[in-house]
This record gives sequence, C-alpha cells and structure tokens, in this order.
Amino acid sequence: MAIKVLTEHINVPGIETFDVYRKQGGYTAVEKALKTMTPDEVVEEVKKSGVRGRGGAGFPMGMKWSFLAKPEGVPRYLVCNADESEPGTFKDHYLMKTIPHLLIEGMIVSSFALGANKSFIYVRGELMYVIHILEKAIAEAKAAGFLGKNILGSGYDLELVVQPGGGAYICGEETALLESLEGKRGNPRNKPPFPAVKGLYQCPTVVNNVESIATTSWIVNHGGDAYAAIGIGRSTGTKLISASGHINKPGVYEIELGLPVEDFIYADEWCGGIRPGHKLKAVVAGGSSVPILPANLILKLGNGDKRLMSYESLSEGGFQTGTMLGSGGFIVFDETACIVRNTWNFSRFYHHESCGQCSPCREGTGWMEKVLHRIEYGHGNQHDIDLLVDVARRIEGNTICPLGDAAAWPVASAIRHFRDEFEWHITNPHEATQPGAVFKGDMALV
Amino acid sequence: MTTETKPTIQFTPDRLEKAKEIIARYPEGRQKSALLPLLHLLQEQEGWTPAEGMDYVAGLLQIEPIEVYEVATFYTMFHINPVGKHVIEYCRTGPCCLMGGEEVYAHLRQRLGIEAGQTTVDGQFTIKEVECLAACGMGPVFQVREKYYTNLTNERVDEIIDELSK
Repeated sequence: MAIKVLTEHINVPGIETFDVYRKQGGYTAVEKALKTMTPDEVVEEVKKSGVRGRGGAGFPMGMKWSFLAKPEGVPRYLVCNADESEPGTFKDHYLMKTIPHLLIEGMIVSSFALGANKSFIYVRGELMYVIHILEKAIAEAKAAGFLGKNILGSGYDLELVVQPGGGAYICGEETALLESLEGKRGNPRNKPPFPAVKGLYQCPTVVNNVESIATTSWIVNHGGDAYAAIGIGRSTGTKLISASGHINKPGVYEIELGLPVEDFIYADEWCGGIRPGHKLKAVVAGGSSVPILPANLILKLGNGDKRLMSYESLSEGGFQTGTMLGSGGFIVFDETACIVRNTWNFSRFYHHESCGQCSPCREGTGWMEKVLHRIEYGHGNQHDIDLLVDVARRIEGNTICPLGDAAAWPVASAIRHFRDEFEWHITNPHEATQPGAVFKGDMALV
Repeated sequence: MTTETKPTIQFTPDRLEKAKEIIARYPEGRQKSALLPLLHLLQEQEGWTPAEGMDYVAGLLQIEPIEVYEVATFYTMFHINPVGKHVIEYCRTGPCCLMGGEEVYAHLRQRLGIEAGQTTVDGQFTIKEVECLAACGMGPVFQVREKYYTNLTNERVDEIIDELSK
C-alpha cells in the first residue's frame, strides 16, 4: 500500500471536525514541535525532507524558509497561498474542504518554525464556503488551546487569519498575493527585494502553498529523513495530482513521486484509463501553463524508458520533448479534443488574467488570443502560426512575473507538437469549422 | 462642506459588527487589508458593489474612494453594475470544456434567453462567464453565490434553474 502523507485519514467520517481529526493523531506535530523542538530544529527537518514547493514552482521549501530575514523587533509573517486558480488544479480546494485541520496544524508548526505570530491563509474568493470551513476549524483549534496566546504552555502565541481574494489568477503569484493582502490591486512586485526580506507590510515573509504547508505536520512527526525516503531522487515525498479531462476517474490522487505516468493514467487505482471507446491524444501534466505533450512523449522518454511522475522525469528532454510537474494539474485529452480550440481557450484565460502591468504580457496575450481565435474560426492565414511563435517568444522572459511565460508556453508547445493540426485549420477552414470537427492526422494515439 | 451627510448605503448593524471585527484582524495602520473582505460583505448585502457602498467602505477604512474603486474593478468577483437576483458564474475554461461545458453553456443561455453579461427581464438571473473555479474534476461547473454546481448536464441545468426560480 502506497504511503499517504496527506490523505491517509481523508475518508474518515467527520474528519473535518477537530475531535475526529485529533483522534486520528491530529495536532501531535504541534505538541511535538512546541514542547520538544526549537524553531530551527523544525526548519532543519523540513530542509532534510527535501519537500519542494507544491504550488508549481517546485523550489525547495526548507531553503525558502532559510532565506527569511530575522531583524530584531520586526514581525515576520507566514502567508499560505490558497489562491488555487491554475486551470486543471483543484487539489488545495479538495484538501481544505475535506480535512481543514491538516492545513491549520501545518500552519501552526510552520509559523512556529519561522517565528511568526500572525499568519494568513489567502483563499481565492470564489471558495467562500471553504473559508467558512477553515474559520470553523480555526475556532475549534483555538478552543482546544492550539491557537491563541501561550499555546500548550509553550509561551508561543499565534493568530490565524483567513483572507478572501476577489477573483484574480495573478494573485497566486506570491508578490501579487501580498499586494492583494494589503488591500491593493494584484500587481506583482519587482524583485528584489524578495518577500523573505520585504514581504507583507514590508516585513520578512514566507509564502507557501497549501499542500506544502500541510506536509510539514507529517515531517515533524516522522522526521525529514523519513519523508526524503519516499519518492525518487530529488523528487521526495508524495504529490497531490488533480486529474481531469477524458479519463474514467477524475479526482484528486496522492501519489508517491516516481510513479510511471502510464500507471497513473491507466491503472484503476488512479485515473482508470481513457473513457471507453477512446484513445489518449495528449496530456497537460502540471496545470495549463506547462507545455502540452502528445501521448507518445508523455508516456515515454527519448530512450524508450517510461516517463515518471517526478519533477526531473517530466522535464526530461527540456521543452523540446518534455514538460513540467508544475502544480500537478493533470489534464487528459482523447482524440475528440481539438488542440487548436484548447490552445485558444487557454490563451483567452491568460489574456483575461494578465494584470496589465507589463506590455509584453498585456499586449502579447491579447494578440495570441486574437490570432488563435481567427485560426479556430476559419479565418487564419499562412503566416499566423509563425506569428504566434514570434509573439510567444517575445513575451517569454520579458515580464515581471511568470504569468507571461505561463501564457507563452502552452501556445509554443501546442504548435511544436501539433503544428499539422494548426495548418489543417488554416488550409481547410470550411471542414475545420464544422460542429465537432477534429483533425485526424497520423499522430500516435495510445 | 459644512454638514455631514449620512451615506445612502450602510452596513446593517450585524454586518457593521462583522466589519469592525474584520478590521481589527490586521496590525495597526494596516486596516486597508480589510478592503477585499469588506467588499465581499457589501456585495453580500447589496447584491453588487454600488458606488455609494464603496464610498461608505472607504469611510470605514479611512482611505480615499478611488482606492476602493481601483480594487473593486481589478477583481472579477465584484459586480460593479446591478445584477439579477441569481448570478450564474459559468466556468468557460479548458478542462470544463473537455467535459461538454460549451454544449451545456449553450443550453443555459438558450433556457434563460440571455447571453453573458445580460440579465433576464424578470431580474431573476444574470449570466457571467468566469475562468477556472478549481473544480476541474467535476466539470462542467458553475457557481451561484457560495454554492458550486458540478457535473452539469442540460437536464441538471434545467433542474437548478427551476429550483432557483421558486
């Protein structure tokens, strides 16, 4: 039986309540950390675990923590990024609504490690019902003495605040999130200074994803080495994967990193295969921002080995033949899916969500949406494909925050791997715009 | 100005209590952090965020009205124009579309006789297109206020509209 760091007790009836969560061993990490460990010892265990940022960037969490500046007399903040908005990603939503105390416990342990006495959970505003669930969990934890003043007699104080967003993908970018938390428009900040030095209210701040923070309780309970023993290579531990699209069993799965992609898609334990009568055409493995891969490339590496669900294996081959683990938003396309239409759809998303601060992104996302729209609707011309590649190239790397890259990569990769399909739309506009028409080239379906 | 004019829109007493509790969550001098929560509270009370309400929120936070407007217009959840009783926020993003989201959306528009951004003549429904609602495994999805409606089909949409119309 595969090890479950986050979801072991997730199906226990009543697990959303403090009492049931506590009976399953909940809040022992708080007891252990506050009564027997120093903050630095907690940081050390998280470093040893090798756990990487689960929001998408994959940056080692312990290292991020160690960058936190600690000037005398200045408050430090921990902010949980629960602004989950990357298309294809719904794991944090699932985790928070189902087992809210896991996040609360992780927040206490992590805040203690960082020396924060007021910490925030910034939840996308659409999830107002989840905010109520979290606030109830916080009240329960406080009533039980795990939050507030002098927690468990340790002398450590902590207050948790749940903050609603207002509907803006960009606020998932950590500096935009901090701006938003300060009551402003979500425009990303120039870096440096990094949040670790000047973050919320110009004070040293760590921003971590929900899943990352939720992992810290297990790490405190079992030790960083035990966590590092799970997974493969530098992809330690487990990862929540949000599976959607043309599969038999969409949902959130906790996998041990290193699982073959093929097993994840076809085995009954996870996605349960492609829906009956259909075949795999393509996968977006890590949320809409990461490069789309055709069936043969997502399942196998260049040398014929199986591709694995890990940071390294998914990115093997670079952007020519690889992709990224990202947020773990795993979107599966069968042969009925039109890659051009999906690429246009994603471009519309990024155009809509661009904050408008940097002109390459503000203008470029609009251009890409417009050009893709005309190709999809039968008005494309022969130069449009190269034009798209050119616009994507001019956005990438030329913006303050990664939204520009996130908008450029899906377009560039779709053209890289499915150029025939774009050309077919341009040369056969009448056929391509018939209801339900999909390109049937000689691509490998699995 | 010599006379204090009473704002035309104010929070109800219980919401005013709630607003004060929210403002007190943040460090001293950082009360502007309460802006998004207060805009949500305003919209929950009024159904949208009228300018008079935003001015009132600015007063509560001791900030300039423009600081409220620029925020309310940045975030897509706030309705800066009047809307119907039920705002159907329909996910139009890729994963929902793979699950038939576009066909169901066409049915919804046909059923209500309106397009995105419009309100039915009886003032009951407004359709608003939104981007990914983080529920891709249960698509197609739309949201009405705090509630998510998932795994939508044409039949399910009809049931929901009938239910909400009562």
